[in-house]
Amino acid sequence: MAKDKLVMEIKDFSFTYSGAEEPSLRKINLPVLKNKITAMIGPSGCGKSTLLRAMNRIHDLYPGNKYEGKINLYKEDGTKENILDLKKENDFIKLRQQVGMIFQKPTPFPMSIFDNVAYGLRLSGTKNKSELEGHVEKALKDAAIWKETKDRLKESALGLSGGQQQRLCIARAVALKPRVILFDEPTSALDPLSTGAIEELITELKKELSIMIVTHNMQQASRLSDYTAFMYLGDLAEYNTTEKIFLNPEKKLTEDYITGRFG
Amino acid sequence: MSGKLFRNFSFLSATLSFFLLVGIFAILFTYAQEAMQEFGFDFLLSETWEADEDDEGGIFGGYIPIIGTLLSTLIAMTLAVPLAMGIAIFLTEIASDTIGKPVSIAIELLAAIPSIIYGMWGLFYFAPIVQSVFGGNGVGLLTAGMVLAIMVIPFMAAISRDAMNTTPLVLKESAYAMGATKFEVIKDVIMPYSKGGIIGSIILSLGRALGETMAVAFLIGSVMSIPGSITDPTTSIPVLLANNFAEAQDLEMSSMYFLALILFVVSFIIISVAKFYFLGRKVK
Repeated sequence: MAKDKLVMEIKDFSFTYSGAEEPSLRKINLPVLKNKITAMIGPSGCGKSTLLRAMNRIHDLYPGNKYEGKINLYKEDGTKENILDLKKENDFIKLRQQVGMIFQKPTPFPMSIFDNVAYGLRLSGTKNKSELEGHVEKALKDAAIWKETKDRLKESALGLSGGQQQRLCIARAVALKPRVILFDEPTSALDPLSTGAIEELITELKKELSIMIVTHNMQQASRLSDYTAFMYLGDLAEYNTTEKIFLNPEKKLTEDYITGRFG
Repeated sequence: MSGKLFRNFSFLSATLSFFLLVGIFAILFTYAQEAMQEFGFDFLLSETWEADEDDEGGIFGGYIPIIGTLLSTLIAMTLAVPLAMGIAIFLTEIASDTIGKPVSIAIELLAAIPSIIYGMWGLFYFAPIVQSVFGGNGVGLLTAGMVLAIMVIPFMAAISRDAMNTTPLVLKESAYAMGATKFEVIKDVIMPYSKGGIIGSIILSLGRALGETMAVAFLIGSVMSIPGSITDPTTSIPVLLANNFAEAQDLEMSSMYFLALILFVVSFIIISVAKFYFLGRKVK
């Protein structure tokens, strides 16, 4: 564990939604390790998605939320930046290009398959057509959806199946070469077969980048992740290697949850 | 028993609307026959509208009211579309609730004002302003077009706002999560997603502007002449019909039915296209 490098680090982080009296997250301390998959589990309303959505500041689309503490993002050269200090739209854009996000439901944009994947690249200034084509092909291959889409790149992305759409969204995120991708229950709207394909893909992706995944599915967490964080009522109850959490948890609460005694 | 009664009643009501449509078309078509045979296709291109002294015949051409209708509608739409889109985007994406809610309610109330009120306001208050800024007589194409725009903007903005509001939150969020700016999200996600509803709102407003009678009758000048400039007075199909119906006879009456038929067909086509877009969205 000591050898693993940090890519993000959450320190004494508290979060209060606009208009709420009580914080939804209290003093969270959680590392996100490089080229590892970190899973967040816990009953509904425990704050896992809230924490995930703080990590790319998507909360800031809605005014009035309060942050405390730090979320550091480590750069390639080892320097770190507290993303909670960001204020300008431009800085948010740079952050979101480095920390991508995949949502519960597939969210293809109403445009062609090619344009979906090229979207982020175009936003970040890639104009050259052959360069775009290369990046799109690479991203679609990385997301294991190239074979199904290579003959229909110009067709609307809305014509793909749910599982294909979700892989397209992953391709779209991967195309930007982010350092971290945040997955917010990415398979909750998919059938078992598509879920399998996505899980395989996520495992494949950790060679290139670091992954944080929120899931309600205990088996998914144990299959996929290297580290697991168990959250309960806005607190981080326990964090450890996935093996430790699932086989020999330190807290009774964790054991009760993963064995299905509540939640 | 009551189920059967209700079924028959609703069947009757539903078929009635169909027969009304066909019936109105048939009547317009029948009464327009005389003028159609007399003038034929030239009716569309002739600028004269003059009854003989004995009121039995004359030369009637629809060119001026047709052009007047098209131009006033064109002015109205050119002004209304960008403004209405701006309002809709402001309400869905930019305004906070404290500003957005009152503006939204105001827009809906504006859409409910009867057209005669717009006509009176336009004639007594707005026309002098247009005159002092753009010259001309006050009444004319430009004034009519501008007031028409003011009339359709609330309607267009309200429908477009509703269409834009159907864009799923998670779709917008995922565009932001790709590093898009607010403007890019509006342009690349919200506009394409709500395209059907937006186009529908524009076409329905277009239909309304084409057929508007009362406000335009106050403001266009009701003069049978081709407008040489944008501020010149002219006339439009509904205005000419409203003004002349009381005294017209025979061929003039038939010519007016011909004009009405042209307006009917144009409006019908426009509404059908709008319907097609709305339906097209639902099927998806």
